[in-house]
Amino acid sequence: MKPRHKRIALILGGLAILALAATLVLNAFRSNLVFFFTPTQVVAGEAPKGKNFRIGGMVKEGSLHREADGVTLRFVVTDTDKEMPVAYKGILPDLFREGKGVVAQGKLGDDGLFVASEVLAKHDENYMPPEAAKAVGDAHARAAANKATAEAAARTVKQ
Amino acid sequence: MSHRLINWFRYASPQTFYPLAGKMIPWFWMLAAIFGLTGLSIGFLLAPTDAQQGEGYRIIFLHVPASWMSMFIYLVMSFWAAMGLAFNTRLSGMMASALAPTGALFAFISLWTGALWGKPMWGTWWVWDARLTSELILLFLYIGFIALQAAIDDPRRADKAGAILALVGVVNIPIIYFSVKWWNTLHQGASVSLTKSPSMATTMLWGMLLCALACWMYSIAVALMRARTIMLERERHTDWVRTLLAAKE
Amino acid sequence: MHWNSLADFLAMGDHGLYVWGSVVVTALLMIAEPILVVRGRRKLLLRLMRQYRAEGVDRRDHRQPTTRRSPA
Repeated sequence: MKPRHKRIALILGGLAILALAATLVLNAFRSNLVFFFTPTQVVAGEAPKGKNFRIGGMVKEGSLHREADGVTLRFVVTDTDKEMPVAYKGILPDLFREGKGVVAQGKLGDDGLFVASEVLAKHDENYMPPEAAKAVGDAHARAAANKATAEAAARTVKQ
Repeated sequence: MSHRLINWFRYASPQTFYPLAGKMIPWFWMLAAIFGLTGLSIGFLLAPTDAQQGEGYRIIFLHVPASWMSMFIYLVMSFWAAMGLAFNTRLSGMMASALAPTGALFAFISLWTGALWGKPMWGTWWVWDARLTSELILLFLYIGFIALQAAIDDPRRADKAGAILALVGVVNIPIIYFSVKWWNTLHQGASVSLTKSPSMATTMLWGMLLCALACWMYSIAVALMRARTIMLERERHTDWVRTLLAAKE
Repeated sequence: MHWNSLADFLAMGDHGLYVWGSVVVTALLMIAEPILVVRGRRKLLLRLMRQYRAEGVDRRDHRQPTTRRSPA
């Protein structure tokens, strides 16, 4: 019985050390493994300057339009607190919609315009048939719906 | 040692486990087929279109079960590895080795279907976000486990080395699961979790859960089959294997 | 039934390539795995039977310790 107890103690000790190491690694990760920055974070100066990075948030309703040259798209990314204008030449993914999540990679110009080289759509985890989605949409009054969008955006940002 | 403990270890002996597993395997195959066919029929024939993603979302019926399975098999594998280290039972190492290839298979399916889903929906096959990266690490852990065991000739030492690798790697599982909460990821949050009601239409949810059940049954069946082969191989010098094979001739 | 025609079903709303690409690869892998396991088992059985037969000829000389209780 004795050696077995010793072995179990050793394993438990090893696991404890591993858990500690993992916590430390995770803490280090927490600051580095950021896939995108929100407009609020960018305004706060958290995003790398003069380098490529990604911004994420919602495409502001009614902000998508094509510039006079016919190829450049302009839209505004918002986290409902801060906003950031984005310019992009290229094909948008299927799920790129106004009012929905988006992640854009590119560079922030001195004029505050984010020039994107790649635009990805970030969809939510809800799956429902169109009729249900429509019913959900109709059930809310316009104002309430706007509020929900804002809250959803805030949630996305917090994640 | 108490009487109950001895009894328990009797079932952990390959000699007892081998015929028992042999009897269970066909049943697990049957259940896998039933759940799989029902789940896929619901998912691909009955379930409605998704409001956001159209028909492309149907990849979920493969992607989510495979991803769950890849994580869960790793946990079970680590459990056996830990049991092997703690109690030095012969069965533990065999079970861990039997599970690894199936886990790797599901991790690969998860990444493959994820890439095919990401391209049309997000606009990219692959991004280095926390969820995708940690799932890729999971695949590498499985491959590392298999390679490490294959590299060591003595099965006992192979078990021990593999077990240590498996236990170190187990920290990756919560990282995969919570990555979408802890960091900004392109991957969306969980649709189904223990803490909140599922954010999926009922038909879709049923299809997905049945497919997940089918993957469970499949994994148990395949892992038991592989475990039986490993048992014969490792116990080939014992009387029970000799007797068993003599009866076959 | 959700679909109006087989063509609809196969097209998957323009995402057919992605959906069926996922289905085919998943199905192939999940069929291949058990087949490989069964083949490995057959190979092992043949090998062991051959080995036992060879040992059986002069078993008294080459016999290895045959019973090993679980250390537990």
